[in-house]
Amino acid sequence: MQYILLIHVDETAFARMTPEMQGVMSEPYMAYNAALEKAGAMVVGQRLQPSNVSTTVKVREGKTEVLDGPFATTKEQLGGFYLIEASDLDAALSWAARCPAASHGVVEVRPIWPTH
Amino acid sequence: MASASEQARAAAETAARQSYGKLVAFLAARSRDVAGAEDALADAFAMALARWPQTGVPQHPEAWLLAVARRRATDQHRRRQTREAALPHLKLIGDEMEEEAMREKLPDDRLGLIFACAHPAIDAGVRAPLILQTVLGFDAATIASAFLISPATMGQRLVRAKARIREAGIPFRIPELPELPERLSAVLEAVYAAFAEGWTDPAGTETRRRNLATEAIWLCRLVTELLPEEPEALSLLALMLYAEARREARRCARGDFVPLSDQDMALWDARLIEEADTLLSRAGRSVHLGRYQIEAAIQSVHVARRLTGRTDWTAIRQFYDALVLVAGSPVVTINRAVAIGETDGPAAGLTELDTVADDRRIDDYQPYWAARAGLLAELGRTDEARQAYERAIGLERDEAVRRFLAAKKAILLN
Repeated sequence: MQYILLIHVDETAFARMTPEMQGVMSEPYMAYNAALEKAGAMVVGQRLQPSNVSTTVKVREGKTEVLDGPFATTKEQLGGFYLIEASDLDAALSWAARCPAASHGVVEVRPIWPTH
Repeated sequence: MASASEQARAAAETAARQSYGKLVAFLAARSRDVAGAEDALADAFAMALARWPQTGVPQHPEAWLLAVARRRATDQHRRRQTREAALPHLKLIGDEMEEEAMREKLPDDRLGLIFACAHPAIDAGVRAPLILQTVLGFDAATIASAFLISPATMGQRLVRAKARIREAGIPFRIPELPELPERLSAVLEAVYAAFAEGWTDPAGTETRRRNLATEAIWLCRLVTELLPEEPEALSLLALMLYAEARREARRCARGDFVPLSDQDMALWDARLIEEADTLLSRAGRSVHLGRYQIEAAIQSVHVARRLTGRTDWTAIRQFYDALVLVAGSPVVTINRAVAIGETDGPAAGLTELDTVADDRRIDDYQPYWAARAGLLAELGRTDEARQAYERAIGLERDEAVRRFLAAKKAILLN
């Protein structure tokens, strides 16, 4: 089964860090990515640009509305995601717990809608 | 250190859990309906958890719970809210049972309940959670967090298991001798699983998880009180006490991970170690050498360092040799490889580790990669060591351990 791990973190904390600290922060992610790869669990994983460069779009009754900023303005924002292959929810939760973001932010685990 | 009020709260909670477990066991042993027994007592238990920390534990805690359960049920029954399954239990809680409780004469059926929960007809993965819920009254969400399972899934598994106990007619009793060793081993496995889940929160930051280790020790004490001659039960208790004794030493003041070999032995709890030593020598009177006895013996060698100043790796290795025969598994092989690395050098350790290298279960098993990295580093194979540390870091969920492994990786010479 495929699951998406949605990483919600306080992005302002990261923005306040020095480049060196940011580098230290990303090291565990490299290890995590490698572990996912080697275990054959990784489908794709990406980090997102901060939510202040986000743009939302909606079309209502033929009128398009474009807004600056993320869909929801909360302290913790979607900062990245992993699409993983896992045998079941328990296995997916155990990958979520190992994600470095789980130690300071929140990792949401959602199964992908099956296509067949 | 916990404050006095926290300690009082914890003591009240423990008392509430003990009384609740006794009553659930007493009722369920007579009705075979665990869920119904829990329903009948749920409100009273919730009230005890809320009140006793303030008022203190009542003189007759079980009688208190029964009285509240009856009163609440009568109120609810008038409003037709009591669940069907609770009704027969409320009949059982007649005046007679309350009187018995007042005289502290209620039989303790908790061990029978534990054996029912760890019955072979119950899925092995749900036995420990089931014991934690029925005997100690933990809710599904707390148990789910500890076992890293979704609360909804955990709730379903617990409901199904209880239905199975009722429908399959699983007995609430201590098994007869021929089947006792095997059945007891399922009980001990469940108790140990609960302990292990609590133990993986070394920082002790999550009180709920830390409590799980404490509760597992308490459950094992209960088993050894009721079955005082069982060497494996005594040994498991010793094993857990040796580990618990080192809890404080596993983190330095800054919250960094401290490996066993670097721990400040002054922080080890001497009282717990002494108790564990005594238990292990009691277990040693048996001729049969069991899995927990060997594992506890290994721990006793580790803590003997506080007396001798050194770790007797030869003894540890011999115990792992024995453990491979009694209860071999990739996990045992990995630990044995580390011991061989100490006695015969890192190359020999690595050769042993390679025997499980093709087992796919190591793909996401952190201790394998950490052990491998350590042995490769000693051999000066730094590139491979670096890669193995990387895998170990990526598979670790504890941030302090990740930092520790990253530091080990960083000091590798090029």
